[in-house]
Amino acid sequence: MSNILELHNLKKYFATQKAVDDTSFNIEKGSIFGLLGPNGAGKTTLLRMITGIFYPDSGEIIFDGKRFDPQNDIVKIGYMPEERGLYKKMKIGEQALYLAQLKGLSKSEAMEKIKFWFTRLEMQSWWNKKLEDLSKGMSQKLQFVITVLHEPKLIILDEPFSGLDPVNANLIKDEIYGLAQRGSTIIFSTHRMEQVEEICDHIVLVNLGKKILDGTVSKIKQDFKENKFGIQLDGVPGSVNSPAFELVDQKAGQLTVKINEGFRSNDVLQYFIQQNINVAGFNEILPSLNDIFIKLVEGTHSTTRSFQKVS
Amino acid sequence: MNKISLVIQREYLTRVRNKTFILTTLLTPLLFVVFIAGSTYLSLKGKSVLKIAVIDDNNYFKNNLKSSGDIQFEFPNAVDTSNYENKGYSAVLMIPKFEGTKKTDYILRSPKSIGFEATESIENKINASIEENMLQEAGITRAQLDSIHSQSKFAQLKSLKQQGNEVKESNDTIAAVIGYASGFLIYLTMFLYGVMVMRGVMEEKTNRIAEVIVSSIKPFQLMLGKIIGIGAVGLTQFLMWIVMIVGLLMAAQIFIPHDVLQQVQALQQHNGTMPGGGMMQASEKAQWIYDKSHMLGTANWPVIIGLFLFYFVGGYLFYSALFASIGSVVEDAGSSQSLTLPVTMPIIFSFIIMTQAVQNPGTPLAVWASIIPFSSPIVMMARVAYGVPGTVPYWQLFASMICLIGGFLFTTWLAGKIYRTGILLYGKKSTWKEMIKWAFRKN
Repeated sequence: MSNILELHNLKKYFATQKAVDDTSFNIEKGSIFGLLGPNGAGKTTLLRMITGIFYPDSGEIIFDGKRFDPQNDIVKIGYMPEERGLYKKMKIGEQALYLAQLKGLSKSEAMEKIKFWFTRLEMQSWWNKKLEDLSKGMSQKLQFVITVLHEPKLIILDEPFSGLDPVNANLIKDEIYGLAQRGSTIIFSTHRMEQVEEICDHIVLVNLGKKILDGTVSKIKQDFKENKFGIQLDGVPGSVNSPAFELVDQKAGQLTVKINEGFRSNDVLQYFIQQNINVAGFNEILPSLNDIFIKLVEGTHSTTRSFQKVS
Repeated sequence: MNKISLVIQREYLTRVRNKTFILTTLLTPLLFVVFIAGSTYLSLKGKSVLKIAVIDDNNYFKNNLKSSGDIQFEFPNAVDTSNYENKGYSAVLMIPKFEGTKKTDYILRSPKSIGFEATESIENKINASIEENMLQEAGITRAQLDSIHSQSKFAQLKSLKQQGNEVKESNDTIAAVIGYASGFLIYLTMFLYGVMVMRGVMEEKTNRIAEVIVSSIKPFQLMLGKIIGIGAVGLTQFLMWIVMIVGLLMAAQIFIPHDVLQQVQALQQHNGTMPGGGMMQASEKAQWIYDKSHMLGTANWPVIIGLFLFYFVGGYLFYSALFASIGSVVEDAGSSQSLTLPVTMPIIFSFIIMTQAVQNPGTPLAVWASIIPFSSPIVMMARVAYGVPGTVPYWQLFASMICLIGGFLFTTWLAGKIYRTGILLYGKKSTWKEMIKWAFRKN
């Protein structure tokens, strides 16, 4: 599969900080890509460069096989920024029409697409309403529709679920899957790890403007596993003592163990078999993205960053 | 380009369709008419008759202190400063004993102040009657005096402007009025529409729609679209006002009686005198209408309207770009105050210079202020009403126009750079120092 987007050594320095510092990664066509990072990591700056709002100081962006040309490529991108909003006094239908036309659709094309999406997400009755009449969740839904209306090849969603109730969040999630299946690529920026784990194929973690992690969700979890296993036993064992593993946690018959170097999981099972305790369940415990995230970010002292000067 | 026109359309249509726009456009000329009619009515109606008791022990004024309209002099007996109110007089005037031609104080007592205008008019009347008494003492009879008075007013000043071989009638009063009115109108609209641009930009910023839009078009395009759109709203408003005023004037003609209208036409055909060698006299009304329309006719309307539109557009573009850049860096109306001051000050100063230039269009201050783009839109309008190329030589006009075009190109470029950074910046109050830094940094 080819890449929709390739970033090569992208840099963007501001007067007081290195917002993006030598970052490179690729995004495959049709994938759902998670861009993660703590607040102030440089995610927004990175996204603004990908959407042509900022020019990088150095480095190169390759979009769909060619050098990124904001003038023309901007219409192939749909961007829902974190700081988003719409005109308060303008009718919903007119806003959608206006923003779709700004993305290069003709008036009739735009009308057609708006009708399609409004029907799909049950928003037909909104046309003549004003934004101030909508609830926060409703305007969020509208914002999503406006972002994907022109069928962009690349859809960038910055915290798309904030303010949505579970029902509407699921609705939007299904739409995101659907868009990916129909060939769009989605960049999903958030710091809600459980959503990332659920939705994304591939993630990149940035901090202090630098990429500190890059890979598929399953591979990253494998990379960061600590050889921990959960064991369910029938009955409570007495003292557990084995050179093969260490006991991390125990709640009655529920044990969490860490296998020592040079031993395998079978050695653990062997131990309990020898003790004549029945093993009802045995599974590997992979670290959650949340744990990995916290571990990595805490290791890089992000709090000192805002005072760091560019030398 | 197509995208800018979309922005222009939106900015224009949302404002023109707005109820307040329609109302202000329709009501402003109407209010204007009501205001003029109302103030005329009040000034006619509001004057109460001032009945003044004169205590004149010399009996000097008895015969010739003339009452007129709203000032009535009476010479009752047994009235003094303590009882004039009870006898129904609004004031009492005490004539002192004469001591030759020395200036003397005449005392007027009244329970409340009678106002500047009335005071002056009373003083003039007293002096006029002293003058008359003196003339009569010098041996001029009443009849002679009256005939001199009625015949002496034949001089009418007609000032003509000479340019090479061409001699043109000029009228400084009408030039001053036009200059002041158009300067004031530009001052007002520059403020009005400039602030409208600033509000629009602030709205986009505080509503957080700016970032959604700049992912579709360049910030500069968004800013330019807004400026042009709102400028078009302003032009629409002017155009509608011109149409309405012309319409009102036409409608007013219907109310002029037919014979008066005919006389006016006769006056127009014969350059202000009635045909038939003065045998026929034009009525007072017809003369008045002719005078007014003739006075307006001395102004060079195509040049004035053309230049008005140019300076309105130029001045608007010059300042609205600055207003837009301020709108881009603030998030609430309160914090915009301190930042707008450096932009509004030059506008206010230009207005003050304009009031001077209207009286004296040739002073060096007026000339320079009408060339420098910060003040030229307002000040130049005060000067061009006096005539191009008479009062304003061509080189000054062209220098002013070129400076203004260069000026707004510069402010738009400058504002664009501030705007680009400011519009995406949240939660931070910007200072002028930072804005200047953004404006002049590379890329």
